[in-house]
Amino acid sequence: MSQKKNNGSLVTKINSSDVRVFYDQTEALHGVNLEIYENSVTALIGPSGCGKSTFLRCINRMNDVIEGCRITGKITLDNEDIYDKGLDVVQLREKVGMVFQKPNPFPKSIYDNIAYGPQIHGLAQNRQEMDEIVENSLKKAGLFEEVKDRLNSPGTGLSGGQQQRLCIARAIAVNPEVILMDEPCSALDPIATAKIEELIHELRQNYTIVIVTHSMQQAARVSQRTAFFHMGDLVEVGDTDDIFVRPEDKRTQDYITGRFG
Amino acid sequence: MTDRNMAKAARLKQRYAAEARFKLYGKLAIAAALSAVFFLLYTIFTAGYSAFWRTQIQSEVTLDANFLKVTPQSSNEELARANYLGLFRKNVVENNPDIKSRSERRDLIQMFSESAETDLRDLVLSDPSLLGTTQKLWFLASSPVDTIVKGAAPRDIEEERRVVSNLQLRLLDQWTAEGRVGSTFNINFFTRGDSRNPELAGLAGALAGSFWALLVCFVISFPMGIAAAIYLEEFAPKNRITEIIEVNINNLAAVPSIIFGLLGLAVILNFFGVPRSTPLAGGIVLSLMTLPTIIIACRAALKAVPPSIRQGALAMGASPMQVVLHHVLPLALPGTLTGTIIGLAQALGETAPLLMIGMFAFVVDIPTSPLESAAALPVQVYLWAESSERGFVELTAAAIMVILVFLVLMNLLAVIFRKKFERRW
Repeated sequence: MSQKKNNGSLVTKINSSDVRVFYDQTEALHGVNLEIYENSVTALIGPSGCGKSTFLRCINRMNDVIEGCRITGKITLDNEDIYDKGLDVVQLREKVGMVFQKPNPFPKSIYDNIAYGPQIHGLAQNRQEMDEIVENSLKKAGLFEEVKDRLNSPGTGLSGGQQQRLCIARAIAVNPEVILMDEPCSALDPIATAKIEELIHELRQNYTIVIVTHSMQQAARVSQRTAFFHMGDLVEVGDTDDIFVRPEDKRTQDYITGRFG
Repeated sequence: MTDRNMAKAARLKQRYAAEARFKLYGKLAIAAALSAVFFLLYTIFTAGYSAFWRTQIQSEVTLDANFLKVTPQSSNEELARANYLGLFRKNVVENNPDIKSRSERRDLIQMFSESAETDLRDLVLSDPSLLGTTQKLWFLASSPVDTIVKGAAPRDIEEERRVVSNLQLRLLDQWTAEGRVGSTFNINFFTRGDSRNPELAGLAGALAGSFWALLVCFVISFPMGIAAAIYLEEFAPKNRITEIIEVNINNLAAVPSIIFGLLGLAVILNFFGVPRSTPLAGGIVLSLMTLPTIIIACRAALKAVPPSIRQGALAMGASPMQVVLHHVLPLALPGTLTGTIIGLAQALGETAPLLMIGMFAFVVDIPTSPLESAAALPVQVYLWAESSERGFVELTAAAIMVILVFLVLMNLLAVIFRKKFERRW
């Protein structure tokens, strides 16, 4: 496995060592060691059921709510163990936001969708500050111009692509350090997908992004690093250019050339 | 070859015939159900509509201050204590000088309702200056006279079997000819409590009793039901124990109501010492019956909220309780309320458990709190249906009409709620 560093400018944000996930007795992940660098986009690719989503959901401990799910090994965020007993999962999720496969805005107004996170984490002292957070988040997600006149209309009334950008805006409203994206474009048309990809590109300046995707073209377009999962194993990880041009493992090569998956 | 085609055609014909028969059976079943409903409503309406008006008789009354031993300057207390019944009887007898014998005079007086006394008192109290004047006033007829006027009791039979005497019948016809017999809206039915006299009996006591009982029932079962549903649906681990609890809750909804009544009698009255016959005790018993309905409705509504909403909120860093209170419960509330209203409508029509805890008290006063003895609407129907007096027949039907109106309104509310707030994902 190659983990190349480009002239030392990359800082490790998340480090996982020997992470194993069990659903009841079945082992879904067989010891994943993966470093994720700050302010870069890391793509997790692999065929269905390979464990890439499971790994993603370990990073903000969303697997905690699944009954019978057990995790061993260690994941650190800024050198802090996120499975430490003393760590509050709510604070972890404030730092690690998530965007889901299907856009899932709350059935509330666009404004309230964005304001919900800052509200429960107490990030705004008054209405004016909240207005600023909402506006900035929508601007960062590239949605502000489209919805500025109807902030009070329901978020569920937007188009699919707009809903997904609303979910991204919602995630960045609490000012996270990491954004996890679980196949964020799989329910969207190509134009909406292009907008999201462009957005991911911009967000990389300020956030560390981990994205699960089924589309290898998308992984190639948006990510700097790519990790290939297969049957619960992390097969290969490296710079995206290397993975797609010079895969080291036979399975990786078979997958990216479309021989299976 | 032709044989096979013919057999095929015959089979096809048979299939069409079977289909047509099947449709006909369905239509017949619906027709039977509809006619049963129509027959029920028709019977109740024809028996009960007359209860909404009452026969009254006009009579001249001299408000004799000397007889009452009061003056216009007397205090209200003195005015209230005066002998109005005596005054009324004296006037009625004097108006009919040809009636001499004691028993005939009694017949004459009994043509009027007992309410004449209070009517006169209220009149004098409201305007003492009327003392000494002679007024033409309308008085409520007694129930036997009322039933004869409405044709609810036969008049062309021998005197012993008739509800009124020959003399009363003769007087009634005479007064009718003079235009002194009229009818008025039966306001008593909606403003008064129960009474031994059908013309004075009202539903207000039972309405208040049912209101208090349902209020107690709602206050207990709504928060408890929601709390239980949230815990079971959102927090409880899925294991054998919660499974057993679930099965038991579902079974609870099917327990015969009389058993809840027995439980109420044994536990709520005898063990906890809640006062008997009160809406408080009734409401507690009814809440036991409403609880499973609310829990089941609330759980179904919670289940219908898509998991993506919960995940979205969790990923935003909401605690499990915040997820439920901020997102899931508000979305599940319309469905829960619909279930609650239907549960309360069931409770409104429930009779057996209330009989067990003694909510069949004969209560003249309208209860003003859940701690006073009271009857409930269906129990009042039961009580009136048991009465032998003819005048209660129409009251029973009228009370059933009132219950039906409330049930229809509550169910309508539930339907509107569902239509208005239902969300599809």
